Amino acid sequence: MSRSWALSKILLYVSNVQNKSKIKIAIVGNPNSGKSTVFNALTGLNQKIANFPGVTVEKRIGFFNLENESGQKISAEIIDLPGCYSLYPKSIDERIPFQVLCDPDDESYPDFVIVIADASNLKRSLFLCSQIIDLKIPALLALNMMDLAERKGLGIDSGKLSEKLGVPVIPMNALKKQGIAELKKSLLHSFSPPEKDFTDVQKYSPGITEEIKNIIHVSSDYAAFQVANNFEWISAFHLTPEKTGKLKKIISDRNFDSDAIKAKETLERYGVITVLIKEVVHEKGIMQGTHVRSKKIDSILTHRVFGYVIFLVILFLVFQSIFAWAAYPMDLVDRFFAWSKQMVAAAMPQGLLNDLVVNGIIAGLNGVVIFVPQIALLFAFIAVLEDTGYMSRVSFMMDKLLRGFGLNGKSVIPLISGVACAVPAIMSARTIQNRKERIITIMVTPLMSCSARLPVYTLLISLIIPAGYFYGVNVQGLVLFGMYLIGFIAAIAAAWLMKFIIRVKEKSYFIMELPLYRLPRFSNIGMMIIEKVKVFLFDAGKVIMAISIVLWLLSSNAPGNKFETIEKKYNTASQNSGINHDEIIYKIKSEKLESSYAGILGQWIEPAIKPMGFDWKIGIALITSFAAREVFVGTMSTIYSAGDKGTRSTVREKMQSEINPETLKPRYDFATGFSLMLFYAFAMQCMSTLAVVKREMRGWKWPLIQFAYMGALAYVASLTAYQLLK
Amino acid sequence: MNKNKMLTLDKLPVGEQAVVMSFTNDAVKLILLEMGCIPGETISVERIAPLGDPIAVNISGYLLSMRKAEAAAVEVRRV
Repeated sequence: MSRSWALSKILLYVSNVQNKSKIKIAIVGNPNSGKSTVFNALTGLNQKIANFPGVTVEKRIGFFNLENESGQKISAEIIDLPGCYSLYPKSIDERIPFQVLCDPDDESYPDFVIVIADASNLKRSLFLCSQIIDLKIPALLALNMMDLAERKGLGIDSGKLSEKLGVPVIPMNALKKQGIAELKKSLLHSFSPPEKDFTDVQKYSPGITEEIKNIIHVSSDYAAFQVANNFEWISAFHLTPEKTGKLKKIISDRNFDSDAIKAKETLERYGVITVLIKEVVHEKGIMQGTHVRSKKIDSILTHRVFGYVIFLVILFLVFQSIFAWAAYPMDLVDRFFAWSKQMVAAAMPQGLLNDLVVNGIIAGLNGVVIFVPQIALLFAFIAVLEDTGYMSRVSFMMDKLLRGFGLNGKSVIPLISGVACAVPAIMSARTIQNRKERIITIMVTPLMSCSARLPVYTLLISLIIPAGYFYGVNVQGLVLFGMYLIGFIAAIAAAWLMKFIIRVKEKSYFIMELPLYRLPRFSNIGMMIIEKVKVFLFDAGKVIMAISIVLWLLSSNAPGNKFETIEKKYNTASQNSGINHDEIIYKIKSEKLESSYAGILGQWIEPAIKPMGFDWKIGIALITSFAAREVFVGTMSTIYSAGDKGTRSTVREKMQSEINPETLKPRYDFATGFSLMLFYAFAMQCMSTLAVVKREMRGWKWPLIQFAYMGALAYVASLTAYQLLK
Repeated sequence: MNKNKMLTLDKLPVGEQAVVMSFTNDAVKLILLEMGCIPGETISVERIAPLGDPIAVNISGYLLSMRKAEAAAVEVRRV
């Protein structure tokens, strides 16, 4: 019965780590156990994001080096597995730990598992840990947040815990980098997993693990038992239809009642853990300082009146600061690109190449880089709200309200993240177990104004709303806040309608941990911002660049010899009259643009968009924006540089001086500007979002419905607004 | 055992201590069990959301939010 393994017996020192110069490590733990902090502390910035095969779950991989006593370097690859409470998944994310850890043929199958436990919440952490140990992959227990446990008055004998569990235990405070060196050192030792299982699963269905092991390759008896439990959705293990059939037969022949067995196993594990905890943990009197503080904060932040007021104030401040703070770096970016255009245009010989570089490539780059300040700020604010534990309180306060609209309290996270980007937001809807609520959340999230709309709003607001303060509030910032509010109201209204249309009968749950409040961990947040900006620059950047160049081609070429005809016409005109030279060049450029392929395209859709107050130039931008909204500003700068008086002024200045030839008033007056903003607020102009919805919903049905309903909404809203305001 | 002491979690007044006894819904049971809400644990309702639902319960040192309908599937005994 005894599990008393001396630590020295576990840590058979082997200097060459199983003769490998490369090791794979997986890291698992409960949500809020500090998993990301440990991961970041180990790898620093050496990390990348990939996808697990077949699913859209983000796979974070990091790299670091270990050095053994003889100075030999070993490179380690570490995979961050999604947070979970057990190996039994309740959402798609939670399937990953099972899949990676039970299938030895999985490409991510590790040599070691680091289990992160929250020391202040040891019992629950040990439950997951015990399941991992039984899988017989060499495991290490990192006992994180020792300081918090200390403050709670808990003394943990980690040496004894290690003996009892049969795995190395490393106490640590990852946030203060305490214990990281020890953790790295333990990875250099080779150790074997304990032979005896925590719980003997054979008794639930004798012989079943042997039968399963005869069919597929698994790492242990317990892994085979897990296969029986998770059989319904398994996609790993290179299953052939024949093998699947065999497995199915085994499970049905034995009347394997998975739910009842899972419950029994869970209770038994907790039984063992409860006894174990009594031996290794001693309570030094209750000093629940952090709990009391958290409770006090809750009584304010989730107050029946102030709770909602505070939430609205926080959102309002976020938007105000984004408008105020991002404006400076954005202006700098704009100035920088306007300057470099001028420099490059002067330095390179005149001609097609010069034009391509200046008006195609640099204009395109400008359109990408201009976003970085806002994206960084938005993601930073959302990360702070999540990291402090506030976001889960918002879910808690909103659940009942959102349920009335066919949503779930957990929809708050996708909806608010949608303000940054709909793609990760839609992916985060996975935590919603109920299918109907999840579909509705996914369908309405793109109505939340994402960061790609921000530059469009920023540009248009600065054209139609005078800068100034109203009772100390930045008026432009206020209008921006209004645009976000419009998006939110549209999302809620659409959700309410869909509640009556979509028919899926499934029980809805809202069981969720409310973590203790804590200060945001700025290193984690910084790391995340760098990551998001990188993804944006390289992924979205490619699309924007490509579209910019295609647009340049379309706007600098025309069918037949139209361009020559225009030039000839003005050449003769300028000889006959004394018109200013610059004026003529401008007229030539404008007319060329109008007769170019892009111009033709814009004019082709002009009849459809004219009632909304748009001309063919905006038409071009609408077409290109169907790839991604952020293309709007880039397109505008490409279009307006094609018909440009000089290269010095920015897009904003060019658009401001544009005159509507029919009314002789500024082209971007209030009615047109507002109508255009509404169109961008509602229309589904993002290929990445459509692609992610297709992947999440496994088919084209939902993304197509989404595209259609959002398009119709945008058209009607813009049309109504323009007709009323003009 | 005093019968008056038995009730479901959604009926437990805020701040009062109780012990988890059993579950009347299998799905809720599985979710709560693995999160450490096991029979014998002390449980209390810490606060109720501003709109009256869901509730936040304190179980073995951490806070868990659940809807009243889910809490109704947890049978507890007052202490």
